[in-house]
Amino acid sequence: MLDAADGYVTEDGRKIGGVLMEMKNITLRFGGVVAIKDISFDVREGEIRAIIGPNGAGKSSMLNVISGFYHPQEGEVWYQGAKRPPMKPYQVARQGIARTFQNIALFEGMSVLDNVMTGRIRQMKSGLFAQALWKGKAEKEEVENREVVEKVIDFLEIQHIRKTPVGRLPYGLKKRVELARALAAEPSILLLDEPMAGMNVEEKEDMSRFVLDVNDEFGTTIMLIEHDMGVVMDLSDRVVVMDYGKKIGDGTPDEVRSNQAVIDAYLGVAHD
Amino acid sequence: MPDQLIFGIEVLLNGLMAGVLYALVALGFVLIYKASGIFNYAQGVMALFAALTLVGIMEGQVPFAHLINTIFGTEIHHFGWHVPAVLAILFTMVVMVLLSWIINRFIFKYLVNQEPIMLFMATIGIAYFLEGFGDMMWGSNIKKLDVGLPQGGSFWIEENTQWMGLGNENFYGFFLDQLDLVATVVAIILVIVLIVFAQYTKQGRAMRAVADDHQAALSVGISLNFIWVMVWSLAGFVALVAGIMWGAKSGVQFSLSLIALKALPVLMLGGFTSIPGAIVGGLIIGVGEKLFEFIMSSKSIAGELFGFTIGATENWFAYVLALLFLVFRPQGLFGEKIIERV
Repeated sequence: MLDAADGYVTEDGRKIGGVLMEMKNITLRFGGVVAIKDISFDVREGEIRAIIGPNGAGKSSMLNVISGFYHPQEGEVWYQGAKRPPMKPYQVARQGIARTFQNIALFEGMSVLDNVMTGRIRQMKSGLFAQALWKGKAEKEEVENREVVEKVIDFLEIQHIRKTPVGRLPYGLKKRVELARALAAEPSILLLDEPMAGMNVEEKEDMSRFVLDVNDEFGTTIMLIEHDMGVVMDLSDRVVVMDYGKKIGDGTPDEVRSNQAVIDAYLGVAHD
Repeated sequence: MPDQLIFGIEVLLNGLMAGVLYALVALGFVLIYKASGIFNYAQGVMALFAALTLVGIMEGQVPFAHLINTIFGTEIHHFGWHVPAVLAILFTMVVMVLLSWIINRFIFKYLVNQEPIMLFMATIGIAYFLEGFGDMMWGSNIKKLDVGLPQGGSFWIEENTQWMGLGNENFYGFFLDQLDLVATVVAIILVIVLIVFAQYTKQGRAMRAVADDHQAALSVGISLNFIWVMVWSLAGFVALVAGIMWGAKSGVQFSLSLIALKALPVLMLGGFTSIPGAIVGGLIIGVGEKLFEFIMSSKSIAGELFGFTIGATENWFAYVLALLFLVFRPQGLFGEKIIERV
């Protein structure tokens, strides 16, 4: 078993650090429906961690717990070594946890550049009056943030649509803009809710490449939810498998692949 | 130049100025609609309330004087001091910010994610509540508002435009109200400031973000509550400016809340989401209704052309124009084009 302090080295030679976030015995109920039942797992610094599971397994609910949209009835969220009090989503975001959404939540009326700029809100410290007067610090800040944003835009290869209103973009590009916005926040954890949902093979390959590159280039810890087993197994270092709100497997892709409970959940069990 | 042409130009100029005042009210609507998708029916009443509060503070009126006197049998009305205009405007702004906070804390907080029609109904409630509250707080008499803005025609302009008559002996220069001129300058500054704010500051960007998608805004670290209070405060500020201008022009009276109705066609023309649109829409309505009135009631123009003249067109011109826009260009001149992917 791994202990919290040291990490491990992946097959391809990346060094994974200590525990960055830990979910302890999370239970989430909606009225009588139990969406998540007593789930615990950890996320280590620099790793790509996936949650997989069939439809309705509670994957998105788990992501919403982490990002503060849902509040679990039981259990604790530990982040950067401290127990996190119940928080609103915007407070979670300001702590450095950025996310994307399954059905894309972008600012459709704003340009790609403006959308990505909103990702920098966490880093913009100058107050209303400094902004209003538009002098010194505020101006410098805007320029610095703009530089980071341009870098992210270059990185995700969306320079050609910088000034286009997001509402006009096709689905695959929107997904990429959403990733850019999350990335612009320079998050310590990046949460991706089904980043490849609804994409064709080519778009999926592009997205997989970006996810790997982000992790590689910036060392960003990534947590993703995905339907597509193949994609997940290629991308992630460790995988949590959920079914009907319960954790049925946790480990490296190989371990998970040979786990009987996981095979049953995905392929069905013969009742004889 | 012939008399009719000169008079026409003067009508046009005065129309522009009236348009600026319409635009000032419309601006408040646009701000709130942009950031929260709420059509704020109470915007006109907010202008009235701001003006009432300003006069009350300046004159040293005791708030709720009638109520207090009725309950306790006292006879108090005034504190007996006069507050300078600038200070009173600052105080009034504090009151408007407080009002914004109360409205969001006690009403809109409980209406998150509700249908637009429900939010609209809530603002109607706010409008009537605020009107009654303003009445109770400051009394219902017509008040004179004098914050030191110049009044009456500008002699300077009259004298310096006489030559434009080009030999017409009946022409003594254009007559323009100084107050209208001030309102124009104020409106121009206000619009520039608001556009810069919305486009280039962090809070402005956050405001546009909230207007677009609540969930996404939360996920990048924007507090919805903060933005809403900020936007309502901004709208309160615009209402205060509009209240000062209208109040200085025609006294602070309860019919002030009805100017909100004139802002409706302005918004339909300019688009509900565009700050420049509110201004251009206001100008078009202002000029349009004045010129249309001038042309249609003039024997030598309409009489010659159509064989008849009609009057009092100012009452309906704006609404008919808005109706045409609703049919042919529902998003207005500058509104965001409604893009829908299926």
